[in-house]
Amino acid sequence: MLNIVFSVIARDLKLAMRRQADIVSALFFFVIVVSLFPLGIGPEPDLLRQLAPGVLWVAALLATMLSLPRMFADDHRDGTLEQLALSPNPLGLIVTGKVIAHWLVSGLPLALIAPILGIQFDLSGDALLVLTGAILLGTPALSGIGAIGAALTLGVRGGGVLLSLLVLPLYIPVLIFGAGAVDATVSGLGGEGHLSLLIAMTFAAIGFAPWASAAALKIALE
Amino acid sequence: MLEADNLECVRGERRLFAGLGFRLEAGELLYLQGRNGAGKTSLLRMLIGLLPPENGEIRWRGELIDEAGEAFRADLCYLGHLNAIKEDLTPLENLLSAARLAGLTLCEDDAIDALEQVGLAGREDLACKYLSQGQKRRVALARLVVDRRPLWILDEPFVALDVAAVDWLAGIISGHLQRGGMAVMTTHQLVAIPAGTVRELRIG
Repeated sequence: MLNIVFSVIARDLKLAMRRQADIVSALFFFVIVVSLFPLGIGPEPDLLRQLAPGVLWVAALLATMLSLPRMFADDHRDGTLEQLALSPNPLGLIVTGKVIAHWLVSGLPLALIAPILGIQFDLSGDALLVLTGAILLGTPALSGIGAIGAALTLGVRGGGVLLSLLVLPLYIPVLIFGAGAVDATVSGLGGEGHLSLLIAMTFAAIGFAPWASAAALKIALE
Repeated sequence: MLEADNLECVRGERRLFAGLGFRLEAGELLYLQGRNGAGKTSLLRMLIGLLPPENGEIRWRGELIDEAGEAFRADLCYLGHLNAIKEDLTPLENLLSAARLAGLTLCEDDAIDALEQVGLAGREDLACKYLSQGQKRRVALARLVVDRRPLWILDEPFVALDVAAVDWLAGIISGHLQRGGMAVMTTHQLVAIPAGTVRELRIG
């Protein structure tokens, strides 16, 4: 059962490595959007510290959105998606593999670079640590929820905009608790509660979203 | 044994066919014929379970294909008009990953043999985006060389192939029928398949 998940992850990672421009462009988008804020607001450390969690999280949501439309579109265009749907393995498990692979090339790099960007906002060491942890724990939920949107808008003309309209509202809880964890740490309350909720959302998204996506994909293939 | 009974297909507002049925035994080949738009591809997509029929039922070994689910798909090899190959991967990687995702075991030597048979010797390590249309089709067809699943559903398998490759593919399909396999295919070029019982079904 798990073999198929690993096979899909291995295949998608190999494909992503052959097209590194896609990974790098989403990462640069994140870096640039986050860096624009300190430049625009000016050197006011108190204000920047307050804005930091929200800005970093909104930028992370948007950067994740960039790569979502291609999650199934390439496989759909070249016929691979049909073959995946005809595999004797449950489509939900295959999509689970695709969601994990998507996170490895989109969410994980964001989490790794976030602490460096956080320095621009004068965040303390503790806050940077919580920020990294929150992005690390929250982005898998973004990939999972995004997979549902990507599957629903597959083959729809102008699907990119529709995808944003579908998915961004569903990202709100992740945004609130992700930014809240950093806020709580900055104000000395401790972010453990927020982080636990993020973990819960991630598990729910990884467990449930692939099966919902699989159902949507079957409709798209009819 | 594949059985279809009283199938009806509606695409959009139009009814493409109704009351269609057939029965396919081991070693038999079903040639689907019909003009463009008659519903040949729709029928194939019904047979593989991707398109639910408006009416009627399809049984594999006596069981409805929806209920047989994974057991049915484990017996099924489908080749659509899309090649299902990844342009960024090499032919060898494509073949190996397709086999893995379909739940088949395929070792690298067998895969290289299969690619040699389809005339891609020496191009195993070249990304597929550098291959011609016909060569890409051959990468997709290489799957058939190593495939031992009993039911083959082929949508226009001879498209983009040269004369020698058409003969070669006819041989591969004959071999499959001789081993007791079944095949359903659509084609506009009538190609003689030397072995097995060939039956024809005309739609529209």
